[in-house]
Amino acid sequence: MKAGSNLEKILSKGLFAVTGELGPPKGNDVSVVKRKADLLKGYVDAVNVTDNQTAIVRMSSIATSSLLIQMGIEPVMQMTTRDRNRIAIQSDIFGATALGIKNMLCLTGDHHTFGNQVDSKNVHDLDSIQLIDCVRTMRDEGTLLGGEEKIEGKIQLFIGAAENPFADPFEFRVVRLAKKVRAGVDFIQTQCIYDMKRFKEWMKMVRDRGLHEKVHILAGVTPLKSGGMARYMAKNVSGIIIPEEIIDRIVKAKKPAEEGIKLCVEQIQELREIEGVHGVHIMAIEWEQMVSQITEMAGLLPRPKVE
Amino acid sequence: MIKAEQKPMEEILKAIDPYKKILLSGCGACVTVCHAGGEKEVGLLASALRMARKKIGKPLEILEATPARQCEPEYAQDLSELIEKVEAVLSLACGVGVQTLVRYFPKIPVLPGVNTTFLGETLSHGVWEERCQACGNCILEKTGGICPISRCAKQLLNGPCGGSSKGKCEIKKEADCAWQLIYDRLSSLGQLYKLEEMIPAKRWGVESRDSGLRRIIREDLKI
Repeated sequence: MKAGSNLEKILSKGLFAVTGELGPPKGNDVSVVKRKADLLKGYVDAVNVTDNQTAIVRMSSIATSSLLIQMGIEPVMQMTTRDRNRIAIQSDIFGATALGIKNMLCLTGDHHTFGNQVDSKNVHDLDSIQLIDCVRTMRDEGTLLGGEEKIEGKIQLFIGAAENPFADPFEFRVVRLAKKVRAGVDFIQTQCIYDMKRFKEWMKMVRDRGLHEKVHILAGVTPLKSGGMARYMAKNVSGIIIPEEIIDRIVKAKKPAEEGIKLCVEQIQELREIEGVHGVHIMAIEWEQMVSQITEMAGLLPRPKVE
Repeated sequence: MIKAEQKPMEEILKAIDPYKKILLSGCGACVTVCHAGGEKEVGLLASALRMARKKIGKPLEILEATPARQCEPEYAQDLSELIEKVEAVLSLACGVGVQTLVRYFPKIPVLPGVNTTFLGETLSHGVWEERCQACGNCILEKTGGICPISRCAKQLLNGPCGGSSKGKCEIKKEADCAWQLIYDRLSSLGQLYKLEEMIPAKRWGVESRDSGLRRIIREDLKI
């Protein structure tokens, strides 16, 4: 065991993992964290805590992750390289692991101009792949990045990263995944998948390189709430492809939200059949109350208890 | 070359408001090429400023000069006779040129008339784009001659990020994704293997601006 987290145990036993996502409040209101946590508890194996996603200032992912631990939920702390240089990154890793955080997702982060502090200076001292390398060095070598300096204590983290099979250049995405694997990543959560054909092509490329045996891939899904949401995401979010027939299905549905859930469940069942997919990452953004239903309908409950 | 853009008139007028007689100094090098501060722009701006000040009943006397390179001591020093006659200098040279005048003329205010923007190339007439951030350790050999430090919005050394779509950057839809360009270039050179290995973290703190003031000393050239 690298970190001994629940997520690591489930994946290393070959069980199909389920992770969720929780966006911290735009302030210090702990009740928001509690409300969302209650909606996810028991339905997922671990919960991603976003790090100022879309560059909107929110409660820090470290603090929110720590609150989740107190609430009996295992967090996957996200960390972006947008806001921290390598001094802050390594210091925060000391702090996070001291607070009991065992999973960490290494991200570059959304560009600061998408957020509510557009005048800020972005950092990007490291990129996401260099961050993976940094965490692996701290954990496996017991030293700081690029140095002989020994760490007091032991860093135990299950290292994750994101990958987007729908961004360009398509042929290069798998090469980049291989770089992440070499840098030391243990699990991958993908961008939300709607274009199943392209995802399957990507997974074939992953298997051709033997990467599915070196890294656990959790397929990302996001239930669509409405035709408007489907159209908006397809048009405005870079790196998300929603095929026309899916948009049509949601737009024409009598009850679009119900259809969205049904579609999400079908997607999970289809993803589960793909060789090399070891779990799903359900990103029900501001729709956390549907996670219980989705996991129930997809036959993912009860979540296994592992030792 | 260095690219610059003239500051807004309002800002320039505010900066020179206390003065009745100024020197407007352009530069014959980079800012001439990008039409921000050459002899022509000096003439145009001088006329505009005189008119604006006349209109509000505060006439302004402007001497005009455009040294070949304002950032070179010998050309900067040539301005000394003119500078003795004025209360302030408005410079249309880049930030380097302004500071050369500051170094040689300690008693006179030197005001910037342009915003120095980037090191870039001409794409077409009237269009310039950033190409270099003078990071101090060139990595173009690794990236097919295309610089991600200056051309990727996140300065990724192991890009592209998930925001690369159809060859464009999600931050600025008109901007090419630098990493798509790198991929295409290495692909056409048959050098995609260069992207298999992680480019390690850059040593910003010892090679770049972050190391403190940078200086080049060439012993063979010193007198």
